[in-house]
Amino acid sequence: MSAHQKTPIRRILIANRGEIAVRIIDTCQRLGIETILAASEVDLRSRGASLADHTICIGPPNSAQSYLSIDNIIAAAKFADVDAIHPGYGFLSENRKLAEACEAANIIFIGPSPAQLDAVGDKLKARTHAEQAGLPGVPGGKVSNMGEAHQLADQIGYPILIKAVAGGGGRGMKQVHDAAQLAPLIELAMAEAQAAFGDSRIYLERFIAKGRHVEVQVLGDGQNAVHLGTRDCSIQRRYQKLIEEAPAPNLAPSLREGMQNAAVAFAKHLNYRGLGTVEMLVDCDRNAFHFLEMNARIQVEHPVTEAITNLDLVEQQIAVAEGHPLRYRQRDIVFHGHAIECRINAEDWHHDFRPSPGIITKFIQPAGRDIRVDTHMQPGAAVPPYYDSLLAKLIVHGEARATAVAKTASALNRFQIAGVTTNLGMHSLVLRDKEFAQGGVDTGYLPRLLQSQNVAVTSVSGAAKD
Amino acid sequence: MKLTNEDVQEILALLDATKFDVLRLQTERFKLTLRRQSAGEQGTSEWSQESESLAMPQILTPVDTPPPDANSSPSQTQSATSGTSSESASAAGDDSSTIAIRTSLPGTFYRAPRPGDPAFVEIGSVVREDTVIGIIETMKLMNAIHAGASGTIAEILIPNAHFAEQGSILMRIKPDPS
Repeated sequence: MSAHQKTPIRRILIANRGEIAVRIIDTCQRLGIETILAASEVDLRSRGASLADHTICIGPPNSAQSYLSIDNIIAAAKFADVDAIHPGYGFLSENRKLAEACEAANIIFIGPSPAQLDAVGDKLKARTHAEQAGLPGVPGGKVSNMGEAHQLADQIGYPILIKAVAGGGGRGMKQVHDAAQLAPLIELAMAEAQAAFGDSRIYLERFIAKGRHVEVQVLGDGQNAVHLGTRDCSIQRRYQKLIEEAPAPNLAPSLREGMQNAAVAFAKHLNYRGLGTVEMLVDCDRNAFHFLEMNARIQVEHPVTEAITNLDLVEQQIAVAEGHPLRYRQRDIVFHGHAIECRINAEDWHHDFRPSPGIITKFIQPAGRDIRVDTHMQPGAAVPPYYDSLLAKLIVHGEARATAVAKTASALNRFQIAGVTTNLGMHSLVLRDKEFAQGGVDTGYLPRLLQSQNVAVTSVSGAAKD
Repeated sequence: MKLTNEDVQEILALLDATKFDVLRLQTERFKLTLRRQSAGEQGTSEWSQESESLAMPQILTPVDTPPPDANSSPSQTQSATSGTSSESASAAGDDSSTIAIRTSLPGTFYRAPRPGDPAFVEIGSVVREDTVIGIIETMKLMNAIHAGASGTIAEILIPNAHFAEQGSILMRIKPDPS
């Protein structure tokens, strides 16, 4: 393929749903690009379907037969005669086979090349590439039998974490505190990994007691790459991000710079083309960072980066996919202020975060300067049981972090959602908490806070990739 | 013309400078209500927004393929399942010798930990209160379903990988004689 061969994109199939479909439609409309939404039967009347220029049905509600069906999506793209497919996040967004099927059908896949998806999609390969680029992972490695597992676990030292090679977003992860637990938990993790991903391979790594989840947004055109700063995603529960902010607060300048440089080096090492996120774990006790994984797609939390850079990341994705070289050098990227995102989910945070599907009867959102709400909800909208529980993202910008925190707390008070149970109250709790206000909490913070509020934090076994 | 977030921001910037506290706007395509919640200095008022996209989706239908619901097994599954659950709901009162295992969440019912594995339980399986009899997948979360009573599985009402409505009966247990 010749470098920077330019193919204008005029018609896009959006192979996704929910708020991200609406978000992509927004940018396409601004750019004058026609949108065709690929929707399952249950999403044919969604807000996204109403906003898109056209909607095409790609199958029944069950995502295996619709949003995860490469055949159905390619057939829809051909029928709609689109130039490109935007896969959003989750579903097939990092699926090498979809990218290859696009190539075969002469459709642009808005994302990295199949080879790059392969390089970062398999966590072990990704780790090897990261190490080659000078970005070390958390001590650990692959194991294929119990003997190896025991040997490696002893070498790393307990507690350790078992992870699925094909996993992500917390699925298939298990914590092991001593050698006696190792064998049964490995068996369980392998069974779960097989069920969730059709791939039972697992690996072990050091469990970092006090860590922060900090990631660097990168953008590459296949030759050059720039970073768009850090995001802190440490407010998590069961490995699910709930609040994100940009830039990561209270990070030593040398650490931040080191992470950003490492992420760019990694992207350049891969000749990365597209938008990507290099996720890292900051070991608070050792003041060090480790490579976790690279997400080769737009992230749920991308709006906080947009808020501090004034860039439209979907627009950048499209430009790079068209074959344009990067429009920015690193020194052109200017950061201003601080942004916070709250993920408003349909879940009952008072009852073990039980999912709460249903029909929205009332949806009043905060508005005003520096406030953005990304959502597919409106009165009458369905929250089906088939998909994840994300209802809306509230993104607030402030000149300084303290201003952003105060504005977010006030904006949350103006949010009113009825028809399903939401976690709005949990967000208010965090945004008014003193420890959160100081900035830079670790990933154990939210479970501790909930426990202190006597909120049940047990059971529910799986978790979704975003 | 569709309403984007940017449009709303621009409308708000204009409204901020006025003394109006409520704006209602409706076209064929959208409905928008903006309400001033508290006044600040120019450009700093706090607002709330209600908006609704009213445009009918423009559905593209491939000409040479049957309509989506004609040949999709899960849709059939779904209607078959809701039939089953209403039947079982009516049967619930009749059958006092068994205990119903219900799902409190709607979702896809799985009888085995992974495809191809043996089911957690079969008819005749002896269970205790905490025995896992299946999994309900709701909003991408896997929730283990426990028997809730000790006894023997007498009936399985929802087949594997079928949709279960909220509150529907998955299985029935013949309780141990007390």
